[in-house]
Amino acid sequence: MTLELTAEDQSMLDGEQGPSSAAAMRILVAFSNAIDAGSLLDISGAHIDGCLYHGKAGLDFVERLVEGGGRVQVPTTLNVGSFDLIHPGMVKMPAAEEVPARRLMKAHLELGCQATFTCAPYQTRFRPEFGQQIAWGESNAIVFANSVIGARTNRYGDFIDLCCAMTGRAPAWGLHLSENRRGRILFELDVPDLEPSDSLFVGVGLIIGQASGDRIPVISGLPRPRDEDQLKALGAAAATTGAVALFHAIRITPEASTLDEAFHGHAPEETIRITRADVDHALARLSMVPDGALLAAVSLGTPHFSHEEWMRLLPLLREAAPGRGIPIYVNTGRATLTRLQEEGMLTGMEAFGLIPVADTCTYVTSILERLDGVVMTNSGKWAHYAPGNIGVTVAFADMKDCIRSAAVGHVVRGAS
Amino acid sequence: MMQSAERSGIFQLAGNADGEALVFSQPLSFWGGVDAETGEIIDHSHPGLGQNVAGRILVMPSGRGSSSSSSVLAEAIRRGTAPAGILMERPDPILAVGAIVAEFLYEIRMPLVVCEIAGIVSGDRIAIGTGADGRAIIRG
Repeated sequence: MTLELTAEDQSMLDGEQGPSSAAAMRILVAFSNAIDAGSLLDISGAHIDGCLYHGKAGLDFVERLVEGGGRVQVPTTLNVGSFDLIHPGMVKMPAAEEVPARRLMKAHLELGCQATFTCAPYQTRFRPEFGQQIAWGESNAIVFANSVIGARTNRYGDFIDLCCAMTGRAPAWGLHLSENRRGRILFELDVPDLEPSDSLFVGVGLIIGQASGDRIPVISGLPRPRDEDQLKALGAAAATTGAVALFHAIRITPEASTLDEAFHGHAPEETIRITRADVDHALARLSMVPDGALLAAVSLGTPHFSHEEWMRLLPLLREAAPGRGIPIYVNTGRATLTRLQEEGMLTGMEAFGLIPVADTCTYVTSILERLDGVVMTNSGKWAHYAPGNIGVTVAFADMKDCIRSAAVGHVVRGAS
Repeated sequence: MMQSAERSGIFQLAGNADGEALVFSQPLSFWGGVDAETGEIIDHSHPGLGQNVAGRILVMPSGRGSSSSSSVLAEAIRRGTAPAGILMERPDPILAVGAIVAEFLYEIRMPLVVCEIAGIVSGDRIAIGTGADGRAIIRG
């Protein structure tokens, strides 16, 4: 297919709108040719996963766009960085690494990106609407936008998310197009007496991520979620064990009011039954230690805690009143944190060990004081990545059990 | 002695290069697969584990894996640990982005070519050049 450019695209490519637009358009055109897209389309927003420092080339790229006078052309949010800019001193890093890592976050702001520094841009005022075309990086954000909101993005990443933002354009391919959003593989949830527990959604996410490959999964039989945070957890888990960018849940997500709608009238290519034992098995694999193991810390909020999740956590904290000094880290967006502070919700909570973390996440940078004990989490994504990223031992449980465990000093789960 | 052969291909990023072929039947992901500091292959599930891509003509069916491979390739090109050129049977958007970004930043052109790769074996001396029509010419 030959890529057709509009006069505006060509003008950017020819450098008439400055060197930064030209560079971004050139990279976008090469990418579009490689994926065989026929044209570019307008986007209404972008989310950039470029603020974690992975080497000089990444920083050099952003610096060159800044030097060229570049500005993003659409509202653009930023994913987490290596620092909590709200709580200085929380992240410990050698100065030689700290300087470029801080500069990377700041350079993105100079391009006109918003200082959101959150992996949950859908919890900010920049949340897209159903049907909008966007270019997002960050796997959990991508799957949430496509599945829960019904906005349209592919899995963008390195450099390309920023090139889309700098031009306001994205290649017309993949999940931007209706015909490519149809379900391919059906997961039938066959669990009697189904309660919408948090861990059920995580377990289903882990399973569909592992089994879907590059096929779009459709889930039937999923109980109505208590709130969108449960779908957030499902999507984050599916994008952790697999490359899921879009899932449909029958009668729950916006493009799946019926099986027929989810599959666009076609039959599923494969049907997989999920039993209670499958869910239990998937969840058990997230825990490296048995109940009773000594606890070093709790980490919640991967993806970033929503305001609603805070409203569920704070009463649990007051009720269990953990007093052993075990830190309870909660990753959250700075906008959510500001709102809580304005509401006076966090007053006195530090006595229970609560440590809010903004702008970053406890598994991408050095925040945890102790890495020698067990860390409990309610996040399938954190449980999956943290052992490799920061070398901790993990136990997975619902939020309530995480807080109960912090109060008694060792891992307790369920009725134990 | 191998007979010298010439084949043509399509550039994802144009440039000239020559080097010894390093051929894999399995795609290699740069992210998690290549150490950008040394060029060494570090993917334990890949048959090339322990070999080094620096200065070689890397030949494989396609790219693979996470979009983070763009950054790793760009960083390897910056450090001089990248292949001299890459030949693939299918275009790869992620490696194309990495190569183009490196050329934009550092004016180093690591040619990326889509062409038939059958018959090339590791150790062959390969030269990538540009034909009059802008197509890639691969000699080896």
